[in-house]
Amino acid sequence: MVGGDVAAVEVRDVVVRYGDTTAVDGVSLSAPRGRVLALLGHNGAGKTSLLQVCEGFRKPDAGTVRILGMDPVAEHDALMPRLGIMLQSGGVYPWAAAGEILRLFASFAANPLDTEMLIDRLGLRAVEKTRFRRLSGGEQQRLSLAVALVGRPELVFLDEPTAGMDTEARHTTWQLIEELRADGVSVLLTTHLLDEAERLADDVVIMRSGQVAATGTPAELTAAAGIDLLEVRADPGLDLTGLKARHEVAESSPGEYAITGALDTRALADVLGWFAGVDAHVTALSSRRRTLEDVYLSLTRQTTTTVGAAK
Amino acid sequence: MTSMSLARGHVEVLQFLRDRTSVVFTFLFPALLLLLFGTIFGDSYDQAGVSASQVYASSMLAYGILTTGFVTMGAGLAMDREDGTLKRLRGTPLPLTSYLIGKLILVLTMAVAEAALLILVGVVVFDMPLPDASHWLTFAWLFGLSVIVCTLLGVAVSGIVKHARSAGAILNVPVVILQFISGVFIHPITQLPTWLITVASLFPVKWMAQGFRYVFLPDSMKSLEAAGAWELGRIAMVLGAWCVIGLVLCLATFRWSEKDR
Repeated sequence: MVGGDVAAVEVRDVVVRYGDTTAVDGVSLSAPRGRVLALLGHNGAGKTSLLQVCEGFRKPDAGTVRILGMDPVAEHDALMPRLGIMLQSGGVYPWAAAGEILRLFASFAANPLDTEMLIDRLGLRAVEKTRFRRLSGGEQQRLSLAVALVGRPELVFLDEPTAGMDTEARHTTWQLIEELRADGVSVLLTTHLLDEAERLADDVVIMRSGQVAATGTPAELTAAAGIDLLEVRADPGLDLTGLKARHEVAESSPGEYAITGALDTRALADVLGWFAGVDAHVTALSSRRRTLEDVYLSLTRQTTTTVGAAK
Repeated sequence: MTSMSLARGHVEVLQFLRDRTSVVFTFLFPALLLLLFGTIFGDSYDQAGVSASQVYASSMLAYGILTTGFVTMGAGLAMDREDGTLKRLRGTPLPLTSYLIGKLILVLTMAVAEAALLILVGVVVFDMPLPDASHWLTFAWLFGLSVIVCTLLGVAVSGIVKHARSAGAILNVPVVILQFISGVFIHPITQLPTWLITVASLFPVKWMAQGFRYVFLPDSMKSLEAAGAWELGRIAMVLGAWCVIGLVLCLATFRWSEKDR
């Protein structure tokens, strides 16, 4: 199934405009086969527009797109049987039942997966005969995912796959995506959930205002950011004047000192050196590594207002 | 491709039947109108053995096909486009032709049922006699051509309708106007000013209604037609021409999603 050295997704200098608005502004990225790539960014960062171009729903206003080595617009009909597409919402016959919808989409595929298996795997058995419009948001999402997977795609596009799902369904979905990757299927997903990206993605692309703000593996992205919090337990009531000149520091509770900021090795040594210099008796140390969420927030924060306080 | 089309048609029909309001309004409305017109305008023809209600019963078939084909298709497609169904299908191996065949299956199923219902009302309520075999043959091609023309025009017009919400209202304007000027609601058509008859003659509905009157009414009734004859050859020609026009319009206006330019 893995087709040699042709990338799953190859995007070069892509621009997408809606009237005067530039939604995607010169994005280039490459996703190798058999890996999971997560596209992160705020609403309006251009994720869905970029996905639309990859899915062949619209032509880019500039740049080139190759999906499994093919042009998604010009070679649409030849490409579609190899893709699985999960849209954010809509587009399913509201009066048809979940099982009927899945079987309909299965009928479009040359060699579909067993629909009964998918219904069981995605926990849709109880609502198999329920009409789409009566399904809950999470159930609609699960059906949508089943529809994207039923044709045994080589590459799947998942636009916020777990939005609206409960914890259990989310874990099932994660498991399914991991199985897809194990089978050599390539996955390109967008998400707002940093833990989702950190758990699933081999590669992460963070978008901001239609451009790529950062790319890398989750480990690379978090490692580059280093330690951002050092907590030191020492004698209470130390005079911090000298340390404050060089670092952000506060005595959060008596004897508990919190030093914040991007702390590299030299900075850590400097902090500990200061404690040694004032003859403080240090009894405990703890550091916090930046999470993907911190990286994400610092990269995507466009104004000085705090965007998210998820932590 | 056949199985895809059939599977799509199956879901389309299910969809339609389960949405009860559309069943009542699109499907039963022509029959209700027929009952109303037939009752109000009782027996008012000089021609022996033909009542106005029988004339309505035959002409109304054109209206039935027009609403099922043109309105159902036009509004349905606008809806599919707006709610993203078309887009979602675009992201599957389903070819456009299979999508449209699926819709055509719905229209054809509805049109057959609609015609059967109207003929049933005509026969049972208004004593309309059933025609002989050769007239049924004419009925077959006339029905087929009419469904194709109305469906194609429905597809074409859906590209112009901006919002699905207003589709019903917009599509019914040409439909109702054409009923009045094409000899469906007002018969004989010769009561209309000549220029209006000329306008009506440019559109398919006048010819559809005229053809259905040929099928179900005695030959003597042709004297009430605009040309004083049934003009079957011309009916076939006009409808054939509209098939081509409809197809060209479809190809020119078809869009997969709202945002396409």
